[in-house]
Amino acid sequence: MFNIPIHSFYLMLLVIVLLISGSVISYRLQQRHPEKDYTELRQRVQSWWMMIGILFAALLFNQTLAVAFFGLISFLALKEFLSIVPTRQNDRRVIFWAYLAIPLQYYWVGSGWYGMFIIFIPIYIFLLLPVRMVLLGETRGFIHSAGILHWATMLTVYCISHIAYLLMLPVQNEAAGYIGPVLFLLFMTQFNDVCQYIWGKMLGRHKIIPKVSPNKTWEGFLGGVVSITLISGFIGPLLTPLLWWESFIAGMLISVSGFFGDVVISSVKRDLRIKDTGRLIPGHGGILDRMDSLMFTAPLFFHFLFYSHY
Amino acid sequence: MDRVIKVLFFALLVKPVVLLLLGLNIIGRDNLPKKGPAIVIANHNSHLDTLVLLSLFPLSVIHKVRPVAAADYFLGNGGLLAWIALKCIGIIPLDRSGGADREVLFSGCTRALSEGDILVLFPEGSRGKPEQMSRLKKGIYYLIKERADIPVVPAMLHGLGRALPKGEALLVPFNCDVVIGENLTERETAAGFMNSATASFQQLSEYCITLSSTESAEDKTL
Repeated sequence: MFNIPIHSFYLMLLVIVLLISGSVISYRLQQRHPEKDYTELRQRVQSWWMMIGILFAALLFNQTLAVAFFGLISFLALKEFLSIVPTRQNDRRVIFWAYLAIPLQYYWVGSGWYGMFIIFIPIYIFLLLPVRMVLLGETRGFIHSAGILHWATMLTVYCISHIAYLLMLPVQNEAAGYIGPVLFLLFMTQFNDVCQYIWGKMLGRHKIIPKVSPNKTWEGFLGGVVSITLISGFIGPLLTPLLWWESFIAGMLISVSGFFGDVVISSVKRDLRIKDTGRLIPGHGGILDRMDSLMFTAPLFFHFLFYSHY
Repeated sequence: MDRVIKVLFFALLVKPVVLLLLGLNIIGRDNLPKKGPAIVIANHNSHLDTLVLLSLFPLSVIHKVRPVAAADYFLGNGGLLAWIALKCIGIIPLDRSGGADREVLFSGCTRALSEGDILVLFPEGSRGKPEQMSRLKKGIYYLIKERADIPVVPAMLHGLGRALPKGEALLVPFNCDVVIGENLTERETAAGFMNSATASFQQLSEYCITLSSTESAEDKTL
């Protein structure tokens, strides 16, 4: 079917089975407790269907469309970030240039130009943005704006583009194809959120960082790390060129960094006193609420894979 | 024919731009009037305000949604701007010069309301300073003082004054908040109505999530 490499096909099937059970559970809950309002849960599940549908369609169509798809995600994420953090009114002209970095960065990705992909944002955009700011001639709040713009571009463009570059790596695991490593990263990152949540709900007692995120506990965190490390050890060799013991390390890396991505964006929201970063995805919030862990896991997983096999 | 032009303009240009380049954080969409006569009042910071508010309505009723806009600005020089204002957006021109008396001034609005249109009004009068609210003008009260049957729905917009501020031609993408409140029922006196409108805008602005984005960064570094 669609010429999907067999291991990737099984993972997609697994995701769809998980979604179906999610839908069934949410329907059953509503049936059993008609007096309670499950609107948010229902919206959450519906949005998952939507996101998975769009993602799978983009991944299966072809490489170029899949790369462009992550470019669109970067655009939505950068826009959302810059819409909530404080900048000066005349920074809008600098922000315009930051947006222009997106098509270029994804062009380097799509053409497989690794050297340019890896330095474009941390060198060229890093130096260009303050130059454009100087030309505006406004020095009040200069440091503040420069810091915000660089952080936003690194997180939402540079970090997310690493997911897209996974698609361009020469295929080493024929049974997984070029989409294998991306599926592995996305699945493990999202499943890590779920595992940490479930372990936290079941056993959570000792809070890790109560000031940032009162629901995060040591039990949830460690439970997530152990589960994801073990599951990665099995799934990693199927979807990526990694060996089983390397997959353990990859799983641990994803689990720990995913946690930190989550709480970093939580801190941003705390600072701004908002609950969600946007309202793009019903039941989830904004796109940053969904991409928070991925912005941390993507570059770390990418470089682990790249260092050990390319 | 005009209806076709307006529907195409919104379906092919405005709605895609609003969806992709801007992106809206909408709260209270159900409070929008489904049919006229009705009035939506909003704060005004950008030309995008009108387009965003109109884009919230389904294409099937969009020809009935009419923004009230300054005749001198949009029609003064004729040409493309006037054509877009009249044909694509369907504005009701309002004379700001202050000469005419109220009955003449608002004749376009009262006629549209009697035909069951939904008016979009900006009671601040002009776009003013970026992302700052100025005092509401009470001209609108004249339209509704004896018409308790006409709902007046406040819509708080935030962020558009940064995407496309007054006097700028470059549109920079930003997410924007659109918070729509409930019908303003306090209609006894002009002052009472204006106060309830101002209070309502104040309350709606608390739901905006892009508010801190325009807090001046300069103040923070001092």
